[in-house]
Amino acid sequence: MSKHTLSVLVENTPGILARIAALFSRRGFNIDSLAVGVTEHPDISRITIVVSVESLPLEQVTKQLNKLVNVLKIVELEPGSAIQRELVLVKVRADNETRSQIVEIVQLFRAKTVDVSPDAVTIEATGSSDKLEAMLRMLEPFGIKELVQSGTIAIGRGARSITDRSLRALDRTA
Amino acid sequence: MTEQATGAHHPQPRARNSGGSHQPATVEHVTGAQSLIRSLEEVGADTVFGIPGGAILPAYDPMMDSSKVRHVLVRHEQGAGHAATGYAQATGKVGVCMATSGPGATNLVTPIADAHMDSVPLVAITGQVASKSIGTDAFQEADICGITMPITKHNWLVTDPADIPKTIAEAFHVASTGRPGPVLVDIAKDALQAQTTFVWPPHTELPGYRPVTKPHAKQIREAARLIAESKRPVLYVGGGVLKAGATAELKVLAELTGAPVTTTLMALGAFPDSHPQHLGMPGMHGAVTAVAALQKADLLITLGARFDDRVTGKLDSFAPYAKVVHADIDPAEIGKNRVADVPIVGDAREVIADLIVAVQAEHEAGHKGDYSAWWKDLNRWRETYPLGYDLPEDGSLSPQQVIERIGKLAPADTIFAAGVGQHQMWAAHFIDYEQPATWLNSGGAGTMGYAVPAAMGAKAGQPDRTVWAIDGDGCFQMTNQELVTCALNNIPIKVAIINNGALGMVRQWQTLFYNQRYSNTVLHSGPEDINPEARGTRVPDFVKLSEAMGCVAMRCEDPAELDAVIAKANAINDRPVVVDFIVHEDAQVWPMVAAGTSNDEVMAARGVRPDFGDGEDD
Repeated sequence: MSKHTLSVLVENTPGILARIAALFSRRGFNIDSLAVGVTEHPDISRITIVVSVESLPLEQVTKQLNKLVNVLKIVELEPGSAIQRELVLVKVRADNETRSQIVEIVQLFRAKTVDVSPDAVTIEATGSSDKLEAMLRMLEPFGIKELVQSGTIAIGRGARSITDRSLRALDRTA
Repeated sequence: MTEQATGAHHPQPRARNSGGSHQPATVEHVTGAQSLIRSLEEVGADTVFGIPGGAILPAYDPMMDSSKVRHVLVRHEQGAGHAATGYAQATGKVGVCMATSGPGATNLVTPIADAHMDSVPLVAITGQVASKSIGTDAFQEADICGITMPITKHNWLVTDPADIPKTIAEAFHVASTGRPGPVLVDIAKDALQAQTTFVWPPHTELPGYRPVTKPHAKQIREAARLIAESKRPVLYVGGGVLKAGATAELKVLAELTGAPVTTTLMALGAFPDSHPQHLGMPGMHGAVTAVAALQKADLLITLGARFDDRVTGKLDSFAPYAKVVHADIDPAEIGKNRVADVPIVGDAREVIADLIVAVQAEHEAGHKGDYSAWWKDLNRWRETYPLGYDLPEDGSLSPQQVIERIGKLAPADTIFAAGVGQHQMWAAHFIDYEQPATWLNSGGAGTMGYAVPAAMGAKAGQPDRTVWAIDGDGCFQMTNQELVTCALNNIPIKVAIINNGALGMVRQWQTLFYNQRYSNTVLHSGPEDINPEARGTRVPDFVKLSEAMGCVAMRCEDPAELDAVIAKANAINDRPVVVDFIVHEDAQVWPMVAAGTSNDEVMAARGVRPDFGDGEDD
């Protein structure tokens, strides 16, 4: 099994997330992470889905997704030619002794301290999942009180945009 | 699909309101309900099967005034859905059914799922509670869009009356184009009641829906090359060929190549059963020769079929020597179950037309496949293992013979609709299908109770043709109420109840795999220990039941009377006719590949394993 990142451009209509999530569950595909947001075009949303599948089932996932009428385009973003980011907010137990060590780790990972209280530090960090995992491993010994993590979002490197053609398709019907 | 089926693309504005001859669009100030009925008129929906209720009620008021849309009041929404499916299968047009919110809508779920499995173009229109009440568990509220999401090609919830024409146009377009399928339009009651503007043709927006119909030329050439090179090809033909209206093209391709043809349960009628190149139906209950041909083939030319488990048996031992050319309009079917060596995405009609040209080019270049050794094998198997049955020794009616005689005595273009079970398989085997749209059944979903309402829909769409429902006594008890609809709406179908007093197919499995322990499959009497007096009582009496529903009803128990009874049924065309054929209860469907086993294990009859002379074949 290997991880694949799919960028799915969809019409920004009610129920589209349910359609996609339901498709994954009924066809027996597992979603590792999912992130949704609008794009530069208000009528188009972009869903970034990370799935763990072999290449043949991945082709099935893509083809089944393409059959959804509200799905405009699906692009697999290869790790080598795309930038992938996740966001974590993590609340770490801290006292006067450990706080400076924690802040040092935060700086090493170019993360940010966003809230401090006598017993805890809240850290915001973005990066690839590898980097965030490494940071969390370093923070773990201090005691992680609470952790919240976003789905992966990803964008291809270079000047080309995956939305161009979909936008034109939308304009044609407008 | 026909021109009518893609009506959304060819809107023809009505003359009534066009003041000038060049007026681009029809604009009327109407209610949402009127807008809905006008939209249905414009897309060419001439028949709607349905039942009114609270939320859809506004739509039924203008429905009463429409001279173009005939509404058939059914007795159960499931009947409406299957009737729309039967109508669509028999006419090639989009079938339409209508129901109210909540239970009305949920009763459509089975026929929608059925149409989804068999790729039938169907538009279901449901009323929904008022938009302000959605999500409050209001009276008769059900999230039918959520419920039908996995069993529709697409669905829409309409809360703005201005969206009605656009949504109806899009619904008919999506249902009928690409791989056809069911769609659902759920309309909130307040949207039906509000004032709006009806504009036709509406402006449709489906930027994410672009079915590919034109096949790739390189793949076509590669397929033609494989056909010319192969020694043991088989044309494995599925329902997609019927949906694409490609039967004439298929005949040309088959005769050009000289390859044998097998048509799946969904494709009966796509290639004449009487044609010498036709091997019969493949699959779990397929003809021995068709099953064996696929197992021994070196090339499958798969046209609009989907390697369903009922065809392949155990998938990893299916057609082990074959390269696969797989043409389908749905890209997701290609490579789903079986890897394709030559994948072709396209409409079956265009694929076959292009293949004909490419195969001709191969022939002109001197490359023509020599299948003579292959035909020698096939013909030997055909002669040794023909389809057949034994007559019961006790002189009772043979179900196979009943079905065979109905097929023989029916007028040439008769449409047959089957339920699900033994009678369905016998109807597939022992009736000859010579032309498209003569065989309707529930193939993918296996929906018992399909036959009577589907036959009703077919007859409503093809009133001049004879329509026979071949039903089982189990199936008949699920949906027979639609005979009332037939009787009251001048839809004179004919129903043959193949009455063996049992859930026959399940009983057959109990005979073969459950040590003859007939748990809950006896229909004509209750469990003996509970009510011994009920044994053999034949409750219900189908003749009385059918007469009560306004039909002519007969019973036939004697083989000597068989032809006369069928002839009498054929002669009655002003009322629905039901014939209760009391048949032998132990008749079985053969050949058979037991579930989960390889198609190599096909049994021609109980205990009869065909000898394919495997030693010399490989």
